[in-house]
Amino acid sequence: MEEDLPEAPIATTPSDVNHTASWRTFRPVIDLKLCTKCNVCWKFCPDDAIAFDGVGFPVIRLDYCKGCAICAEECKPKAITMVKED
Amino acid sequence: MARLTIPAQELMRSGHSACPGCGATLVMRYLLKGLGERTIVTVPACCWTVIATPFPTTALDVPMLDCAFEATGASISGLRAAADQLGLKDVTIVGFAGDGGTADIGLQALSGMLERRTDGIYLMYDNEAYMNTGVQRSGATPEGAWTTTTPVDEFSRGKLEPKKDIMAIIAAHNPPYAATVNVAFPEDFVKKVEKAKAIHGPRFFHALAPCPPGWRYSSEKTIEVARLATDTNVFPLYEIVDGVYHITRKLGVAKPVREYLQTQGRFSHLDDAEVAKIQAQVDARWKRLLALEGLA
Repeated sequence: MEEDLPEAPIATTPSDVNHTASWRTFRPVIDLKLCTKCNVCWKFCPDDAIAFDGVGFPVIRLDYCKGCAICAEECKPKAITMVKED
Repeated sequence: MARLTIPAQELMRSGHSACPGCGATLVMRYLLKGLGERTIVTVPACCWTVIATPFPTTALDVPMLDCAFEATGASISGLRAAADQLGLKDVTIVGFAGDGGTADIGLQALSGMLERRTDGIYLMYDNEAYMNTGVQRSGATPEGAWTTTTPVDEFSRGKLEPKKDIMAIIAAHNPPYAATVNVAFPEDFVKKVEKAKAIHGPRFFHALAPCPPGWRYSSEKTIEVARLATDTNVFPLYEIVDGVYHITRKLGVAKPVREYLQTQGRFSHLDDAEVAKIQAQVDARWKRLLALEGLA
């Protein structure tokens, strides 16, 4: 079926080959003692940069986090602090 | 595993090129969570062509077709016809366009798609200006807002004209489903998308997508600003199902519009009289919406 299609650029490489860590000035650091596993940080992350560990605590995927700090702002128990990158 | 209030599946990948704190990115993320992987997306010129596809990469795990700026509605109709021809009955076709590409440049094609009763979804993510090209005013920019083409200086006080009411234009076409959604309320957002997915015919979403650089606020405030837009009645959440209006979030008493305006630099020049004028307009629109709901 491809034969009858006009030649056009087709992008097939998944975008996560692009690491966006260097965009960041501040890095989110989670205090697991305060975390209630409510998942609000995951829910509001525009970069899919929050995953979960084996017991349900959020883990920041630092290769992709751009440091927008929505997670820290929305975290109700204030378990996330933004720490300046070196 | 902890309990999630929206689907876990991610069809939007990391490594895209959206600005930090981008609201439009969350719109796509929640939309695809609601629609699932049997989806084809078509996107005109807008932020999202840049966000998704720095060549040769793509941020979506579903097919995405770039179309011309004014052509999103026609692109949805064409993809639907092609899918039908190939017997792909279970595929949802969705157009994903900005406010400029919808309320201004793509309005004719959108109207055509609605009138043809194309079985597809059109979502307008509304960041209230041409943000991709650098914050030029659009028909969806609200009155009073600063943009680069409606400056605040000795000759100008931001945009003079009111925001185009896209939902009223859509409602005039009487589609089976139309709704407003907001990134601050993901559960409501995904619920409406799942509901729309099960309906056939032309469906429309108006999604609020706060923009940190364009609205002049700090990136961590995206959800707070979006939440205030709804809780001050600036951006009410409602559905129109076969012409019947239903407001999906109602506060006993709405917050003053000032609380929303003061979160953003684009409104920082407004004086008390100008804020009072905007409050009166918001109150009037809310009253009209309640009356429309009352018709049911």
